[in-house]
Parts: sequence; C-alpha cells; structure tokens
Amino acid sequence: MRGVAAAYSVPGLILVSAFVGFAGLAKETGLTVIETVFMVAVVWALPAKVVLIGAILSNASIFAAAFAVALSSIRLMPMVVALVPEMRTPTTRPWVLYLLSHFVAVTSWVLALERFRHVPPDMRTTFYAGLGGMLVLNNMIVVAVVYMVAEQLPPVASAALFLLTPMYFLTSLWGSARERAAHVAMVLGLGLGPVFHVLLPGFDLLAAGLIGGLAAYGWHRYARRRAAP
Amino acid sequence: MSFDAIDAWWWPFLFILVAGWLATDTWRYLGVYFGGRISEDSDVLVLVRSVATALVAAVIANLIFFPGGALAESPLALRLAASIAGFAAYIFGGRRVLVGIVVAEAVFVGGWFALG
Repeated sequence: MRGVAAAYSVPGLILVSAFVGFAGLAKETGLTVIETVFMVAVVWALPAKVVLIGAILSNASIFAAAFAVALSSIRLMPMVVALVPEMRTPTTRPWVLYLLSHFVAVTSWVLALERFRHVPPDMRTTFYAGLGGMLVLNNMIVVAVVYMVAEQLPPVASAALFLLTPMYFLTSLWGSARERAAHVAMVLGLGLGPVFHVLLPGFDLLAAGLIGGLAAYGWHRYARRRAAP
Repeated sequence: MSFDAIDAWWWPFLFILVAGWLATDTWRYLGVYFGGRISEDSDVLVLVRSVATALVAAVIANLIFFPGGALAESPLALRLAASIAGFAAYIFGGRRVLVGIVVAEAVFVGGWFALG
C-alpha cells in the first residue's frame, strides 16, 4: 500500500505531466487511442516511447525503429542491475523479479531507490509492485483521457501540450547525468539531431546517438587521462 | 516496413511489440539476469549511457526543430526561446524539473499571444 501511495508524489506528478504531453504527441503522430495506451503498457519507459514515436514520424522501418529504441534503452539494464539486489531476498522467486523489472523506468527507479531504506527487505518486491503498477495504470488512464479531450483544445493549448515532452526531457535528462560525459553527449545530440534529420532522414536518431555518444565517450577518456597524474 | 507500411489492424501492434516492447524489456530481463555482475561505474556503461543520452537528446531537439501538429504553427524562434528560457530557469532555479517546464510554457504561451 505504501508503494501505491509513493506513486502520488512530486516525481509521480511530474511524470503525469510528461504523459499528458506524450498523449498529445501520439495523437498528432496519427496513432489511435488503443495503440497509444497499448504502447504505454508494453514499453512503459518514456524515452523509449518518444524515440519510437520519432522513428514512426521519420518513416523508419520496423528494424531501424527497434534498433533506435534498443539503443536508447540499454540504460534500463544497468538500472535493473542496480535495483535487483535491493529487492531480492533468499526466498524471492526469479519470475517475480522478471515481472517487476518491466516497471523499471526513470521515475519508479528513482522513487524506489529513495524509499527502499524505509521498507523491510522482504516487503520490497510488494512495495515495488504497488509503486510500479500504480504508475503504469495511472498513466494509461491519463493518456486515454488526454487523448480524448485533446480534440476540443484551442491551438495554443495543444501546442503548449506538445512542448511538455521535450521540456520534461531537456531538464530531467540533464539532471540524471552520472558523469560529465553525459552532458557532453546531450549537447552533441541536441546539435546533431536536427542536422542529421536534414542530411540522413530515417537514420537521424541512430547517427546522432552513435556519433554523439562515441565522441562524448572519447572526450571522457581524454579528460580522465589528462586528470590522471 | 514502416509503421504505415501494412494496412492491417494488427500491424501497428506488431510494430509496437517488436520495436517497443522487445527492444526495451530485453534489456530489463538481461538486467535481472546479470543482477550484480556489472559494476555501476564500469567504463562500458559510460559509453552505453553516452550513446543513449545523445540519442534521446537528438529526439528532443527534433521535437523542437521539426514538431508536428499545433506546435508546428508556432515560429521556430519562439520554440527555441521558450526552451532556452525553461532550461536556464531549470539550471539557475535549483535544478527543479517543474520550474523549467513552467517557465518554458509561460514564455511560449506569452509569446504566442504577443505575436497574435
């Protein structure tokens, strides 16, 4: 129950606002309400969904889209790796962990790591099921409702709605960076995305991600070597 | 084989399952499988995070530069001004996501009406 309550917190509310924006984005892309809610349920991580929508918009093939989404979602693996030891007790069944891992995305992960120390270890899987399940369910409803009312909005309101998604990510992506290299990668990606959108339509996301990411990693190695005595 | 390529009710769902569900949950399941074997600050993870960050950043920039729908009717300069103002407010306003979003939206809506 406490996990359910944790879904209604400031990060939870910010996430709702991001999903309000996502509903508008999906609608403009031409997805039906069922496809949109389906996407929320099966993908869940918002960056992955926004990349998927971006791939649909740039007319990418199913394979290019899967590749772009997979590249943008590799970070889910280390996140799960970090979370699992905190939830696992000697009696936890593996399938419970596989099932719960589906709820891992930025918000539930941050909330869980923050609140777990107040939850007894044997209750943590239950706590996370409540938290993750509630977040997913809530936002499926939010997306469905916003999708349905978006029609009646004046243009300025639906334009403002669209701006929510990029602003949410612009700020939260910067804040979630672990190391300087991520900030470098972010600046490069912001610059390269529009450039490749014009030069390499269909492969813009992959090209910007790979080139920007590799360059940022190169910078990371270089900066560390200079810092070493 | 794009999202609109096949005109059948099941194709969009298959597209979302393959390019969305499979492409994300595979990593989550691998995370459970490896649970604890990879060090959080290993160098490979820096590379992985860099590529993922640049990719998502490219999506953000494209949403601002080449938006769809109602947002496309606003001038690029207004969208850029709102985004930059929001990001600056986020950085100087104690790194609160909500502050950045509110300022960007205020500048955008204000500018929309000011420009008529």
